[in-house]
Amino acid sequence: MNTPNKQQLLQDSLNRYWKSNLRLMAVLLVIWACVGLGCGILFADWLNQYHLFGTGYPLGFWFAQQGAILTFVALILVYAVVMNRLEAKHRREIAKLAEEGAR
Amino acid sequence: MSVQTWTFLFVGLSFSLYLGIAWICRVRDTKGFYVAGGGVPAAANGMATAADWMSAASYISMAGLISTMGYAGGVYLMGWTGGFVLLALLLAPYLRKFGRYTVPDFVGDRFPVRKDRDTDTLWGRIANNPARVIAVFCALFVSFTYVAGQMRGVGVVFSRFLEVDVNTGVVIGMVIVFVYATLGGMKGITWTQVAQYWVLITAFLVPAIAISIKLTGNPIPQAGLGDRLLEGGLPLLEKLDQIQRDLGFSSYTEPFTGGWDKANVFLVALALMTGTAGLPHVIVRFYTVKSPSAARWSGFYALFFIALLYLTAPAISVFARYYMLETLNGATEQKLPQWFKSWEQTGLILWLDDGDGRVRYSAGEDNEIFRRGNLGEAELRRVFTQHQLHVDTEGARGEDGRAKLREIGLTGPDRDIIVLATPEMANLASWIIALVAAGGLAAALSTASGLLLVISSSVAHDLYYRTLAPGASERMRLLVGRGVIGIAVVVAGLFGIYPPGFVSQVVAFAFGLAAASFFPTIVLGIFSRRVGTIPAICGMVTGIGFTAFYIISTVFFDMDLWTFGLVENGINPQGIGAIGMVLNFAVTLILTPITRRPHEEVVALVDSVREPEGLSPAPDIDVAAEH
Repeated sequence: MNTPNKQQLLQDSLNRYWKSNLRLMAVLLVIWACVGLGCGILFADWLNQYHLFGTGYPLGFWFAQQGAILTFVALILVYAVVMNRLEAKHRREIAKLAEEGAR
Repeated sequence: MSVQTWTFLFVGLSFSLYLGIAWICRVRDTKGFYVAGGGVPAAANGMATAADWMSAASYISMAGLISTMGYAGGVYLMGWTGGFVLLALLLAPYLRKFGRYTVPDFVGDRFPVRKDRDTDTLWGRIANNPARVIAVFCALFVSFTYVAGQMRGVGVVFSRFLEVDVNTGVVIGMVIVFVYATLGGMKGITWTQVAQYWVLITAFLVPAIAISIKLTGNPIPQAGLGDRLLEGGLPLLEKLDQIQRDLGFSSYTEPFTGGWDKANVFLVALALMTGTAGLPHVIVRFYTVKSPSAARWSGFYALFFIALLYLTAPAISVFARYYMLETLNGATEQKLPQWFKSWEQTGLILWLDDGDGRVRYSAGEDNEIFRRGNLGEAELRRVFTQHQLHVDTEGARGEDGRAKLREIGLTGPDRDIIVLATPEMANLASWIIALVAAGGLAAALSTASGLLLVISSSVAHDLYYRTLAPGASERMRLLVGRGVIGIAVVVAGLFGIYPPGFVSQVVAFAFGLAAASFFPTIVLGIFSRRVGTIPAICGMVTGIGFTAFYIISTVFFDMDLWTFGLVENGINPQGIGAIGMVLNFAVTLILTPITRRPHEEVVALVDSVREPEGLSPAPDIDVAAEH
């Protein structure tokens, strides 16, 4: 059975999936830009007056040569974990819809 | 055993390993040949991507480059890692969902021309899909530019460690790559790259750990960089800044010195990031995993494994820089360290004394440390004898060799020495020095093989099968794929033996072109359902044209650098790709509202790459290729 109602629900689920995906991406890319291009470059000279807590790294230099890379790795990790969960959730939702449709 | 015996042993062992893997992974179909059958586990693909990505340049030259650039070296560290965030978030999972063989495949299928033309003739098929043809040429150009440098790297490692002629080294490298790339295609390449990753990362980390313990007592080099020196107790970076300033260099950690002003650092970093995300040999690695979710994990593993090397490189740069300035300055002939003497023979570092018998390595006119660069044997000897005469006669006769070398831009040691000589600086055992040679070869070979596969798939799949001969049989396609790798290996080898003088300069070109062409086009192809074929093609052509024009005219025809009224020193050609990328985005988006909507089939394709996995059936590549 393929009622318009079921089609509608399916489309809603897909739209919500895509919107959450875009929201997550936007947040992560803003962090990417702030840390990499912001702290590492645009504000590096200002940040260099501070030191990373307990070490000899001037902060701007640290961001440019180490901090940014660590952040990038963390960003992709968060994206992979959250996105894969989201995908699994929507796949279940859609499978349920298909089951109800078949009944 | 001597260093040389160890080197032969390690290189021999690692090469047999690569060939053994190739034999186990030999393939019989095009899917295995182009995308390793699409069944590579995420972590293995991450390692393969890391090895594919880290080239001879990352391995041998990057630490040295950072060492002389200080803060500004961060553009390479951030640029070459930041791109993976863009790749993992914006491209990889969607392209995996799309599930074809190559990057031009996506560009071609997403931006087709309406199918009302004659497709029986060759010109008809080209006119039917100009986007695919443009993408193929970009992919080929980027890959050939890159692979030339790799083959040269293989030759250089052979000649420095094994005292084999550079050309013989290139030929040995060619034969090895040829065997495992044609036999195993992407599958063979993937698993050899996994092995190559471990060889190169071990070879990079071991000397770094040893020298970190020696200088700071900290066994983790990444943290040792921010630690205090064992001697004197000052933080290492503070001490280095101080020494640099005393010798007239700019402070190591201070940003925006010399030509590297804020705008240029920003543009170059952005161009490298978006260029990284657009490089075809990195993108295709994500076609080889099982699913889009595996592609996301794979992006994480790739950057994780890359970060191991990229976080260590700035540490090696600082350790080696400090070590070099400290041990060389004021040393007499007898007190010079052993590594200096062994690398002096290769010309990577030269000492032209002013007559006082003490080495001085500084930023001023009294500097006595130089490198040989491309000087011939006879010319170098002439410089040395003239200089000796100049010193002996107190300037009455002869010629000051220091002024001469400074004039032709050979001040300071060759940057490659930083990685190559680190194990010796730290007095490590000879087997570790040999390991570095095997690591350098692994880095060069892994990148070369990945690039050769892109060349092969672009020609054999996109040009031959999808454009020239759509009816070709599976066997024929596989044969053409193997044949193209063979030809590409030979061409790459010739580039390695007769390096065109511009190789090092055009690497910037490869990144700029990838940034200005593939990145914006693919991103818009995925994230917009509205962008049609005409805006995309215009955008690509504008981006490529602008970037190519600026790089060619500034690098080869001495055009003045543009400033746009913003940048004092003019825009570095390495950074122009960032502006080319913005132009591509702008042109495409401006033309979009006034051109036709994409065809329904294309919108369905966009929808399908956005859906969660497993909802609609995976495309069957051979059936889908109806045009």
